[in-house]
Amino acid sequence: MVRLKTPGFSKTMLVLGMLFLYLPMVVLIVYSFNASRLVSVWAGFSTKWYGALFANEQILSAVWMSLRIAFYSASMAVCLGTLCAFVITRFKKMRGRTLLSSMITAPLVMPEVITGLSLLLLFVQMAQTIGWPTDRGMATIWIAHTTFCSAYVAVVVSARLQEVDRSIEEAAMDLGCTPLKTFFVITLPVIAPALVSGWLLAFTLSLDDLVIASFVSGPGATTLPMVVFSSVRMGVSPEINALATLIILTVSLIAFIAWYLMRRAERKRQWPD
Amino acid sequence: MKRRLFPAPLTERVRALLFHRRVVFGIPFLWLLLFFLLPFALVLKISLTSAVMAIPPYEPVFRWVDNTLSVVVNIGNYLFLLSDSLYIAAYWGSVKTAFMATVVCLLIGYPMAYAMARAPRHWQLVLLLMVMLPSWTSFLIRVYAWMGILGNQGLLNTFLMWLGLIDQPLKMLNTNFAVVLGIVYAYLPFMVLPIYTNLVKLDVRLLEAASDLGCRSLTTFWAITLPLSKAGILAGSMLVFIPAVGEFVIPELLGGPDTLMIGKVLWEEFFNNRDWPVASALAIVMLLLLLVPIVLFHRFQAREMEKHG
Repeated sequence: MVRLKTPGFSKTMLVLGMLFLYLPMVVLIVYSFNASRLVSVWAGFSTKWYGALFANEQILSAVWMSLRIAFYSASMAVCLGTLCAFVITRFKKMRGRTLLSSMITAPLVMPEVITGLSLLLLFVQMAQTIGWPTDRGMATIWIAHTTFCSAYVAVVVSARLQEVDRSIEEAAMDLGCTPLKTFFVITLPVIAPALVSGWLLAFTLSLDDLVIASFVSGPGATTLPMVVFSSVRMGVSPEINALATLIILTVSLIAFIAWYLMRRAERKRQWPD
Repeated sequence: MKRRLFPAPLTERVRALLFHRRVVFGIPFLWLLLFFLLPFALVLKISLTSAVMAIPPYEPVFRWVDNTLSVVVNIGNYLFLLSDSLYIAAYWGSVKTAFMATVVCLLIGYPMAYAMARAPRHWQLVLLLMVMLPSWTSFLIRVYAWMGILGNQGLLNTFLMWLGLIDQPLKMLNTNFAVVLGIVYAYLPFMVLPIYTNLVKLDVRLLEAASDLGCRSLTTFWAITLPLSKAGILAGSMLVFIPAVGEFVIPELLGGPDTLMIGKVLWEEFFNNRDWPVASALAIVMLLLLLVPIVLFHRFQAREMEKHG
């Protein structure tokens, strides 16, 4: 038996790293139940900030706005990102493919201020030239979010497409299936898990974006990160702590469900009934 | 019906396939051309105009006066950026801060990824989800969490004073230290993930062979593991460094008045001074600075997406 020992150092770093990642979030959760406005004083347990949060009309309407934009952006990004993933993994000799793959990977690392500024200038120019968009708001944020979320979807979906066994698709086509039907009957069910995780990733990215939305939004559309940002700029606010707690708990719950489903799928693969 | 009879069914299918391919390629291509590439051309164009008090607040480059097309190009914005030491200091500050944060991320992230890749299989998924989870919650809120911890009345100062280590609060919030800490905290998952993906694919037999031949584990690490995980290190570093250079939220919330970072300067030029041409010129220069890292990252990513498993 070969010794494959894990040096104690890396394990210690893993534990410390996890503590570093999670302690600040735990602090937020604990202080959302603090009756006092100040961080340094613990004035007893209270849920009054949650009450204040749910009475805050501005936050609630921003939440609704953000959720709608995230839903539409994620759905469109899944369509575009999947098409890009197909071109990159399948169409090796297509002309223009290199340009497409550069354009789709660049948003992954592009500084947000640049993306935001460039899209705003585009919308201003479009309004001058073709008269649309007359006012910036949901539609322009949707376009901006779709564009940068597509990049992430393309990465997730192309990783899955690389693993797909193409002989089944070829068999279907040989038996007279049209390419479109082959896609819907054979390929789509196989890559469906990747589409779901790509959609969820795009949804969270859109929900979280402040900088790009601030550039391309108009006076009519205020998303949740914009409201949070303008209140946080003034300093620590207990209502935001309550909001943070709700966000962290929701995400943790979804992650836990995802983990449970993945573990069950893996067990089934190992020991089928 | 005529088409059905004469051409061989194979040709028809090939033609259908080619048509589908063109549609599959064309839709995302046009979208990205319009909403990704064209905007950059516009940034370049507007960086060459001069600011005016109008809507939109810049002068046109192309003008049609008396049947002649006049092109007015103004490189004044770029000269202005070079002449004002504020902008050079901001670029330098961004690169320095981002570089420091990337190194710290690597020093913390590499051992984490290493331990994850060596963990038992059923633990790997849990650890992976645990590293990813913070990046799925709100970025803004995770940066904000540090405001409550680092402030003069914050948790850390209160704790240190309670311990008796210090008698008056240390100034931690609104310093460059806080900015680096914030970037490390926010971007750590992006460093761990590519390195983990790389290390987990590492052929264990190489390590076994080295160990059989009497290599000490530290030597094995330097000679085999580290060189083989170079691609992961590079990808992780680019994923941290490039966005960190243009970061706005972290210097705005955690930085102080002496924190000069280019993302923040660009934001202020645009929103506070409403000087769109200067903001555009700032963006172009930032892109030029980041061109090499972006190309490096793109090469890596393209290889990852194209290879067959």
